[in-house]
Amino acid sequence: MPLWEDTIQGGASWSLLLRRGNLLRLEDTEGGANVATLLYNRDCPVERYNMPDTLKAQHVAHLTSGLVLYSDMGRVLASITDDSCGWHDPLGGFNDRAAVAAKYGEATYQEHRNAWYRNTRDNFLAEVAKYGLGSRDLGPTVNFFSKVAVLEDGAMEFIPGNSQAGDFVELRAEMDLLVILDTGQHPLDPNPVYAPKPVSFSVSKAAPVAPDDPCRLSRPENVRGFINTERYYL
Amino acid sequence: MTESALRPEHAVVDEVVTAGDSWIHEIKAGQTFRIVDLGGNQAVDTLFYSAADTAERYSATDTIVAQRNIYLTTGTVLRSNLGNPLLTIVADTCGRHDTLGGACSAESNQVRYAIAKRHMHACRNSFLLAIADPKWNLTKRDVTANINFFMNVPVTPEGRLTFEDGISEPLKYVEMRAEMDVICVISNCPQLNNPCNAYNPTPVQVLIWN
Repeated sequence: MPLWEDTIQGGASWSLLLRRGNLLRLEDTEGGANVATLLYNRDCPVERYNMPDTLKAQHVAHLTSGLVLYSDMGRVLASITDDSCGWHDPLGGFNDRAAVAAKYGEATYQEHRNAWYRNTRDNFLAEVAKYGLGSRDLGPTVNFFSKVAVLEDGAMEFIPGNSQAGDFVELRAEMDLLVILDTGQHPLDPNPVYAPKPVSFSVSKAAPVAPDDPCRLSRPENVRGFINTERYYL
Repeated sequence: MTESALRPEHAVVDEVVTAGDSWIHEIKAGQTFRIVDLGGNQAVDTLFYSAADTAERYSATDTIVAQRNIYLTTGTVLRSNLGNPLLTIVADTCGRHDTLGGACSAESNQVRYAIAKRHMHACRNSFLLAIADPKWNLTKRDVTANINFFMNVPVTPEGRLTFEDGISEPLKYVEMRAEMDVICVISNCPQLNNPCNAYNPTPVQVLIWN
């Protein structure tokens, strides 16, 4: 039973506090969405999502169900408990004002009101400032619903159509989190038109983490990550 | 593979950073900076900041997205979080460097190897110690995803990330030209749990030319 349901319009940011044990479900309502995501320990935000630690602990360069998102402190911020699209991108970062202007042109607020062209960096700066954070606190994001494949020679290739209308991903908070979301287009999305897609989200209570939880057991590293996390909350 | 014509006897800085030690130094725009892998397959964990405003700093994602390739080598422009060039790699006798593997930490060693590894020396403690002097205007918030010079961390098209045996050798080097005044912070990796350096961390040499 969702406690809260809402929609984030395309090109917009959002933030929420997600308590340990709560579940955040993101749904790509139209297909082709991108959700740039930053996670912080809400009690001590200098602890935050760490891309390299997440990738090397699990030997992956993409994210899907059964995997977890690590902080820089060896703890599990969140688990990906369900996922219908199979690949979420941790490599592509997010766009900024110059990149959006170069790719899509400019559309000012004065002229276009809330249909103006926004960029993820500026949206993030405004959103994290609400919690006392700033530019120094922005780092690599998880880009939910986007896929970037890395070819043998290291080339990065954006794969269109990774997420269809109705695709979803579920994040179970393993710590008390500050979650920052932005629905700007992925930096490597080849679409030349400014057309960021909306996503809907819901928050509900997750079932308790069982001893045989698939995210906990998917890697021996994750067993230890969960131990570290549980000790933090003793 | 690109070699450099610069000669060590003309360098204005020529120092050795031993394994497990850190090094912090300003590099001026136009200067050339070289790191030499003296023993072979040593991980040189490296961060860069704009000296004028340390909130502008090396960004792994901006760097790899701008060149649409995850590996760093000659021609790679090391970009900041604002998309600006910090340095450009101008010579490289190793051929490939990593920017996805990050830096080891006491806490990530617990996850990767064993809970009991927490006491072992790790790169992120070296970074934090290197920036501890308030004059650098850097804190833990600024320790972001770094470069691992001489490390081989391939990604497969299926989205796997692996730590492979190194492709570096003794005296391989990488050289870069500073495009703005930067602060360089190095942790010469002390990792003893990982076969990528044959469990044997070794010294590196750092040189700067005007």
